[in-house]
Amino acid sequence: MTRTVRTRLGDGSLVAMTADEIRADLEAGTEIGARRSKAPQLTADEIDHLHDIFTSEAKFSAVDLGDEVVLSFDGSGNLDSGTRVDELYSYQCHRGADMLELFAMDYSYKAVKTILSFEAQAMKTAQLNLIAPLQYGAMPDLGRYSMPDGPVPNWSELMPLTRIDEAREAQLAAIELAVSDMVYCAEGMWEAGADGLDFDTAGAAGDGDFLAALTAIETVKGRYPDCGIELGMASEYVLGMHGQLEFKGRRLAGMWPAEQVKVAQEAGATMFGPAVNVNTTKSVAWNVARACTIIKPCMAVAEIPVHPNVGMGVGGVPMSPYPPADAVSRVSRALVDILHCDGL
Amino acid sequence: MACTHALASGIGGMRAAGDLVGRMQMTQGMRLSDAKTYVAGRLGCAVADLADPIAMHDVRRDLGLGRITVQDLTYPTHAGAMAPKFRIADVLGVPINSVTRFAEDAGLTTTGGRA
Repeated sequence: MTRTVRTRLGDGSLVAMTADEIRADLEAGTEIGARRSKAPQLTADEIDHLHDIFTSEAKFSAVDLGDEVVLSFDGSGNLDSGTRVDELYSYQCHRGADMLELFAMDYSYKAVKTILSFEAQAMKTAQLNLIAPLQYGAMPDLGRYSMPDGPVPNWSELMPLTRIDEAREAQLAAIELAVSDMVYCAEGMWEAGADGLDFDTAGAAGDGDFLAALTAIETVKGRYPDCGIELGMASEYVLGMHGQLEFKGRRLAGMWPAEQVKVAQEAGATMFGPAVNVNTTKSVAWNVARACTIIKPCMAVAEIPVHPNVGMGVGGVPMSPYPPADAVSRVSRALVDILHCDGL
Repeated sequence: MACTHALASGIGGMRAAGDLVGRMQMTQGMRLSDAKTYVAGRLGCAVADLADPIAMHDVRRDLGLGRITVQDLTYPTHAGAMAPKFRIADVLGVPINSVTRFAEDAGLTTTGGRA
């Protein structure tokens, strides 16, 4: 009887796979990642290394001594125990966080704008109590500027009606509003003592969403050169909801991480977080191979730190409210070992 | 999940020098290798020490960079909260926004004396 190892699927469920099945998944994951993103597949040595990680029966996996990376925690805390400052303190002191992020549960700069004075006060209080670098984070959330939640016509409804020009105009109007809100919030946070800002899940509403984040970053960095700025992505590929938007001459629609980091750098971001979404029906090994393949070209051209997203459902981490430590630790180690990334 | 990543691949936060390396990434955009080399140079330790809580415990004490209290170890007479950030700014040679503003609010210089 062929020996099997216990491993996980992308939804966190436990499965038994043979070593050959795991290798087949790794090869399939890198193949599809390469085909979609037009990146090279992982090398044979890299596949062998991932194979070693995923065929181990150890409950936990970790990088070698000396290979440790910086851990940033977008949205530090659950907001369900104590105050937010307590949660941040817990992340600083008890959970090994190298960077922290203050955030509101309605993780949207459009929403934060309406309560900025309270968020800024929380930032001030947090900075008085914490030592680790602390940024403020939220989403560009471009979709919220469209009706019925916002003032702009809903481009998602206009496009199926083939009213493309109106849909594009609507996105441009939303971008202007989003940039205004993000810059306004950034000013408030910087004045309150923040070390930096995080524009997270950029591109969630497509290329317009991405452009809004880049424009806001460029504006904020121009006003506050010492401000740290993290740009975190929503997914591996920028959807062309508008299709013709550019940033400094580069078309945003269709960008993969290697191109995304270039515009992030040009905008003035100091950190970049690519995101690769998990396929919950595939093994974690498959997902990690795919994620590494898609992100690897980004590492070759990055001039700023790259922190691949490894939260729930991204980077290979199972889409589960309680991601199992055996899977998460393997993802953590795999991404560091293969990508030589600057952090997670 | 946070703890899993921290144990699997993290430098260790304030248990070691993770917050210091992280600050160079967040605010200065330094790549990991450069940030580690820079921080180690400023602290006067080896790069390998940066992730070693035993080594960094003494370094942080000597330089006043703040340490984590645990059940058996408290530091009521050592720099804590805002104060270590003044030291960090000085040791790393980088401006820290909250330090600058605190000094302005309190009428201090960023090295601790009166403005």
